Amino acid sequence: MTNFNISKIREDFPILGQQVNKKPLVYFDNGATTQKPVQVIEAEREFYLKQNSNIHRGVHYLSQMATNSYENARETIRQFIGARSNTEIIFTKGTTDSINLVAFSFGERFVNQGDEVIVTEMEHHANIVPWQLLCERKHATLKVLPINDFGELCVEKLDDLISEKTRIVAVAHVSNVLGTVNPIAEIIAKAHARGVPVLIDGAQGIQHIKLNMRELDCDFYAFSGHKAYAPTGIGVLYAKEKYLEKMPPYQAGGDMVDVVSFAKTTYADLPFKFEAGTSNYVGAVAFAEAVKYMEVLGIQQIKEYENELLTYATNRLSRIEGLTIYGKARKKAATISFLLEGIHHFDTGMIIDKMGIATRTGTHCAQPLMQRLGIEGTVRASFAFYNTLDEIDRLYEAILKVKQLFG
Amino acid sequence: MNINEIQNEVIEEFSLFDEWMDKYEYLIELSNDLPAIDEAAKTEKNLISGCQSRVWLDAKLEDGRIFFTADSDAIITKGVVALLIRVLSGHQPQEILDTELFFIKKIGLQEHLSPTRANGLVSMIKQMKMYALAFSQISKK
Repeated sequence: MTNFNISKIREDFPILGQQVNKKPLVYFDNGATTQKPVQVIEAEREFYLKQNSNIHRGVHYLSQMATNSYENARETIRQFIGARSNTEIIFTKGTTDSINLVAFSFGERFVNQGDEVIVTEMEHHANIVPWQLLCERKHATLKVLPINDFGELCVEKLDDLISEKTRIVAVAHVSNVLGTVNPIAEIIAKAHARGVPVLIDGAQGIQHIKLNMRELDCDFYAFSGHKAYAPTGIGVLYAKEKYLEKMPPYQAGGDMVDVVSFAKTTYADLPFKFEAGTSNYVGAVAFAEAVKYMEVLGIQQIKEYENELLTYATNRLSRIEGLTIYGKARKKAATISFLLEGIHHFDTGMIIDKMGIATRTGTHCAQPLMQRLGIEGTVRASFAFYNTLDEIDRLYEAILKVKQLFG
Repeated sequence: MNINEIQNEVIEEFSLFDEWMDKYEYLIELSNDLPAIDEAAKTEKNLISGCQSRVWLDAKLEDGRIFFTADSDAIITKGVVALLIRVLSGHQPQEILDTELFFIKKIGLQEHLSPTRANGLVSMIKQMKMYALAFSQISKK
């Protein structure tokens, strides 16, 4: 057992202490969004109470303070993911925004008619549709790397899939449905051997796995704050400078320009070229606070504890007759997707909710994956470090109740 | 019985249940009574798509009254669908159009009509009213 003081940690998340449907809340929808510790909520509140002012604009005191806080947040995140330079850290609205930025700007510069983009069968819609739109716009082709029956990527097929026309490979770090941790280092090495850059959708990665961009050597890594204990509406795109320099701006407006005239506009330096308009600077500051919170606990310790939760849940749920777990990869993050034989995922989710347990039901924005699995949807329990083994017991009991009701 | 009398009848039935579990057990029971839609009528045209569960709805006009048949792939949704059909089926188009469905809230199942549930029920009610509107035009001719 990891020496986590869970009851102390849970005190930092007051929302977890409430009753839902007259039962103590069990929050197992962390894959959708995590709860926020008071430290993060307070950081945001403090900022509005004492520092609020628009960044990068004013010479006045508050604006300087706000700008410093924003840039310090960038530095905190740079260190957290082991990036080389702050110029590689672009604040966005979230993972979806980050991927759209790359699909648009990288696509504009590097993808032409007849070229190819590779995604995988397990991707979230956010890492499929922006590429589809790009391919339509540029008359390029979208190719798909398949998964095996365990829910692992068939990485050995990547070599054949990459061709001279491949311009980028876009792949999830961790599957939001199956929990599979993909061998991204291997994928990056394979792609780089053929001169192809790689984008990692890290929406489900950053909060579970220690990252180092210099070692990983990926070209783009997209992630959200709100799935990593920070507020909504803030995310990051890590991108190598050599690409950012060549990519045209994604959106235009204030803060991203150098000199504007009606004849010609020159753009600001990196990373500001990609941060048009007033950015969510308060969100960025709160995100940095969430990063600090995770670092105090230790990402490795978080990973080990969440793995304990996953192993316990897998063992317990596997013993339930008629329950199928989707995603049996050797390496998994703390997400477990399941179905009960003959019972619709919606019915299961509804009854579980009545017992105070929040899970996710449906296709999880991964319809192509559902088609591959031949199902309409799943029930997904996704864990965070504030969850407990007792809560998993509650889920187990609730599932038995569902079986009793519909059996 | 007119539509409102049926709604009151449903409310009275549900007032017997104190526990949510009893309510849901009853919904599951009701799902079995649903006048099943013909398999042939489970077409793309009759499908009301929700992200979570799917509902099929068909309607026909007989002697100036509308008769609905429906199905769903989720049992709880099907139970609520059965209630909606019990209340609205077998009435004249104008009656259906004029109806305010108050029973759902009264029996504590309004959460099923929240758009976030995405279970197709909100669209189903809209579709039932659309049928009523279409059939009322035919009746007038």
